[in-house]
Amino acid sequence: MRRTNVWGWVWVLLGTAYFLMPLLGAFQFSLEMRRGVLSLLAYQRAFADPEFWSTFLFSNQMAVLTIVVSLALIVPTAFWVHLRVPQWRPVVEFITLMPFVIPAIILVFGMIKLYKSPIMIGGLTLMGPPTNSVIGTNALLVAGYVILAMPYMYRAVDAGLRAIDVRTLTEAAQSLGAGWFTIIVQVILPNLRAALLSGALLTFAIVVGELTLASFLDRPAFGPYLWLLGQHRAYEPAALSIISFALTWVAMGIIYFVSRGRGGQGQVAGAH
Amino acid sequence: MASTALTFRPPRRQISWAWLGLLPFLVFAFAFLIAPAFSLLLGAFRDNQGAVTAKNFVDLTGPFIRNAYWLSIRISAVTALMGGVFGFLLAYALVLSGVPVWVRTGLVTFCGVASNFAGVPLAFAFVAILGRTGVVTQFFHHSLQFQIYQHGFNLYSFAGLSVTYLYFQLPLMVLIMAPALDGMKREWREASENLGASSLQYWQHVGLPILLPTILGTMILLFGNAFGAYATAYALTGGSLPLVTIQIGAQMRGDVLHNPGLGYAMALGMVVIMAVSIGLYTRLQRLSERWLR
Repeated sequence: MRRTNVWGWVWVLLGTAYFLMPLLGAFQFSLEMRRGVLSLLAYQRAFADPEFWSTFLFSNQMAVLTIVVSLALIVPTAFWVHLRVPQWRPVVEFITLMPFVIPAIILVFGMIKLYKSPIMIGGLTLMGPPTNSVIGTNALLVAGYVILAMPYMYRAVDAGLRAIDVRTLTEAAQSLGAGWFTIIVQVILPNLRAALLSGALLTFAIVVGELTLASFLDRPAFGPYLWLLGQHRAYEPAALSIISFALTWVAMGIIYFVSRGRGGQGQVAGAH
Repeated sequence: MASTALTFRPPRRQISWAWLGLLPFLVFAFAFLIAPAFSLLLGAFRDNQGAVTAKNFVDLTGPFIRNAYWLSIRISAVTALMGGVFGFLLAYALVLSGVPVWVRTGLVTFCGVASNFAGVPLAFAFVAILGRTGVVTQFFHHSLQFQIYQHGFNLYSFAGLSVTYLYFQLPLMVLIMAPALDGMKREWREASENLGASSLQYWQHVGLPILLPTILGTMILLFGNAFGAYATAYALTGGSLPLVTIQIGAQMRGDVLHNPGLGYAMALGMVVIMAVSIGLYTRLQRLSERWLR
């Protein structure tokens, strides 16, 4: 309808060049470990390190736990807000936006300050300092990740609920004798599949490779490992950065694929 | 009147207890978001001996902390401005300059990925191209006989960190601007052309005024985005650039301020700046929804 503008192409090409440069550069760099020839040596070395696998496994476990906890927390909440307590929507939305105001470094600062001492209610000690035990610290890490991912998870679930007729579905299920648990698990969840997958993959992209929380809570996660590797190696970190980017691509690619045709601006997240 | 209103009201009990369904969420948010933030707030009003004081907030104006804030503000402002301008131009090029749809879809999808590609891997990717032995640095050195590190460029400095931050700032701008530009109705353009307006006049009197809240709002969002960033800066500069987040990290590692309360006050100051920028963003976003929907 409108003539193609030359300046449009100029900006598009400049933008593409800027976006591709670090990736192509890092990729080329990662292949140059053996002098004079291109090789996958950096990748072999990176994968040969058992610590890579243990930290990567740990981060994936944390990601899975985060996804499970945040789905268990956010789905019923968003469902309940839609169906029964719409007057609470501003409060819930405000809380889910709070992680934007409290960045990861502040969150972990507050968590450590609060949870390095025993948990007491009215002079009664409920449990010892959570940061003193592995399980307590892991729990804090997962809780922190749930908080960091909350804005994205809530928005994904909320958008999913908006797209279906929650009330009719719920009333239909109720009239067939379903209880709340059955309604959520067998009626609402299957209808939210695409939204939940988006939320889960986005959470995954945030958690695997996250540095701030993992490093201050002193957990053996992939982010701190990659950072440490970068302090004394050159090529392996570049290789692992490329892998990390590829993983983000895969996650975003699936999100794009499952939410195709729904419009929307794509999801924005990140643990900068 | 009063009696009919009462009859139509659903049973009282149902209303007053339904909010309990939100309890797990509220308790979780309290325990891991609100209480930690609140504990920083309380800590900021304590001195080293644990007595209540407001002196920590006065001490925020000391040169060490003032410099940290100033550096963070400058880098956030610079990257928000550059990300905003270039992001807008790129979004404009993608939406309104007639490039094929696949180019647009491809780049917007890429922006979704790039805005998520941050922290340690991003820093390392930039080291691989613009570090001392990086691919681009070497290219300039060998092919163009130009040593960028001898001409004032340093990746581990303000300029280098800005270039790196732009990698997630610019895509975020594109992701928000592209749908906004899409929302500009063709009728507006046609109407102004029918009234004899030039392209410049259309943008000056119609286009920009409608988009301005979105542009400003998103640039403020970018500001907050950069202001709260820690991992990328830490991975790239290892703490040599004393941003607020970096200093807070140092304070957590080893009480560099020799006053925990001052550290908490510093964190609180950051939350206030973040809250103001996010608040402004939401306000402006709401303003723009009047037209773009």
